Amino acid sequence: MRISVEAAGLLTTVQDLGRVGSRQHGVSLGGALDPHALTIANVIVGNEPGAAGLEMTFGNTRLKFADERLVAWCGGDFHVEAAGFEIPYGHVAILSAGDELRFIAPAAGGRAWLAVSGGVDVPVVLGSRATDLRGRFGGLDGRPLRDGDVLPLREQMTNSSKFAARLTPARAPDWSAPSEWASTKPRHPFLRVVRGADWWRFDRTATINLLQELFSVTTDSDRMGVRLAGSRIVRQDNEELLSEAVPPGTVQIPPNGQPIVLLGDCQTIGGYPKIAHVITIDLPAAAQLSPGDVVRFAEVSLSEAQTLLIERERELVWFRAGVGLKFA
Amino acid sequence: MEIASLGDSALVVRISNNFAETKEPSVRDVLAALRAIEAASIPGVTECTPAYGSVAVFFDPAKLPQHRESGEDPFASLVQRIRAALMRSVRTRAAGRRSRLHEVAVCYDSEFGLDTGAVAQHAGLSITEVVRRHAAAEYHVQCVGFMPGFPYLSGLPRELSMPRRSTPRTEVPAGSVAIGGAQTGIYPAACPGGWNVIGRTAMRLFHPTANPPARFCAGDRVRFVQISRAKFDRAAA
Repeated sequence: MRISVEAAGLLTTVQDLGRVGSRQHGVSLGGALDPHALTIANVIVGNEPGAAGLEMTFGNTRLKFADERLVAWCGGDFHVEAAGFEIPYGHVAILSAGDELRFIAPAAGGRAWLAVSGGVDVPVVLGSRATDLRGRFGGLDGRPLRDGDVLPLREQMTNSSKFAARLTPARAPDWSAPSEWASTKPRHPFLRVVRGADWWRFDRTATINLLQELFSVTTDSDRMGVRLAGSRIVRQDNEELLSEAVPPGTVQIPPNGQPIVLLGDCQTIGGYPKIAHVITIDLPAAAQLSPGDVVRFAEVSLSEAQTLLIERERELVWFRAGVGLKFA
Repeated sequence: MEIASLGDSALVVRISNNFAETKEPSVRDVLAALRAIEAASIPGVTECTPAYGSVAVFFDPAKLPQHRESGEDPFASLVQRIRAALMRSVRTRAAGRRSRLHEVAVCYDSEFGLDTGAVAQHAGLSITEVVRRHAAAEYHVQCVGFMPGFPYLSGLPRELSMPRRSTPRTEVPAGSVAIGGAQTGIYPAACPGGWNVIGRTAMRLFHPTANPPARFCAGDRVRFVQISRAKFDRAAA
């Protein structure tokens, strides 16, 4: 009923789908930076989509299991193995008591999400088990995992145990999650955006630069945001802006003209102009951006962004139903 | 009133104020709009949150009511429902509850008031006068944000307003009372920040397991009370 953290890696945190409803108190949404990836991993081990799992950054993580569990992971181009066999992204695998699960450093992308049948058992704070690193609460004592930590697991649901009984340890089932959901290594070098409320504050040169130039990811990027360096995006007005809500995906332009793409741990409100917003279905790609990566933006319409998201959610409903049959 | 998109899953309702002479909408108007939108219980809306003069509405586009026959996209129908909810609120806006008043004990000593000298110079006032005027005013919590429990307070005497520091500090101490532009605020925990620090309080502003977790909420009133270093130390102990 627990995982021993043999090696924590660079930044491993307990995450679920985040805190909804606490923004009015200044609390970030937080949660997995790619909530869709964690959802998929949870679904294929028989969990509810919002069960708590682990978010790993750049791998080098080793976890030892104290009892038999189903595991699955989604995210960047990681090599993951346990007990001498490889576990590909989006595939459910069964681990026995004493097995060690290893995440090797990724070839591309930076983050991976691990789901374990039953889910990680830490106290629910403000409706979520997610680690809030800035607020220092949630997850395991509000901090990243360290070598030697012990993570309690919740009891797995009967569907997971029944399914596990039908799987032999060395063999993965003949099905997996769609690869475009489970493997989110950057496959196209652009993030799709819709225009933000402050788009008009930038002249044509600035917006053309935003959409045509390449930007590189800087080393001061973190769970709050991806900081970019490239062509300077300059505002044409200097009106003092009122601070407004900023959801993850917001592309804001601080006075130095270098865009920041906000991620899940971003502050709840901000006063920098919002030139654009990365569309929700491209947040998985944004969450993989690592220092040195190069990215460009492409504009889509708001209705196109929403249609793509609605289609993905509809497919997810079908996928969950399909997996449910496998577990029945 | 103006509604602008914040991407595919959120929007912001900017409350204009046609009822008063002040350009800035009052926090009462913002809260009335917030309550009206919440009361409408629009399917697919997951969270509403107030900010300076605006209310943000977060939603799941896949769960919004669909109007495929009328050819209306979900965003347009959401905007329409929000507008309808706000029309109703205009009629019920007088029914606001009385706001709470918090007294915040602040030590303005130079050890804590890292930027009081700079604020005094900018205002052309003595340090004593800056402190006196800051502690004499009554403030309104416009919203809580930026970090857990951080209150944005309006009501700063105009002469005390001062632009944010051009280079933010890598760490502002917890409890710091600070001025950022025309606003004042309190840092509940140590974090990087660009506001001008003029004092410190020992009051705890955020507790994740309390209900509600933040001491202040939008609409509350705040007064600062100057205390001595000795009194601060006792409160902080």
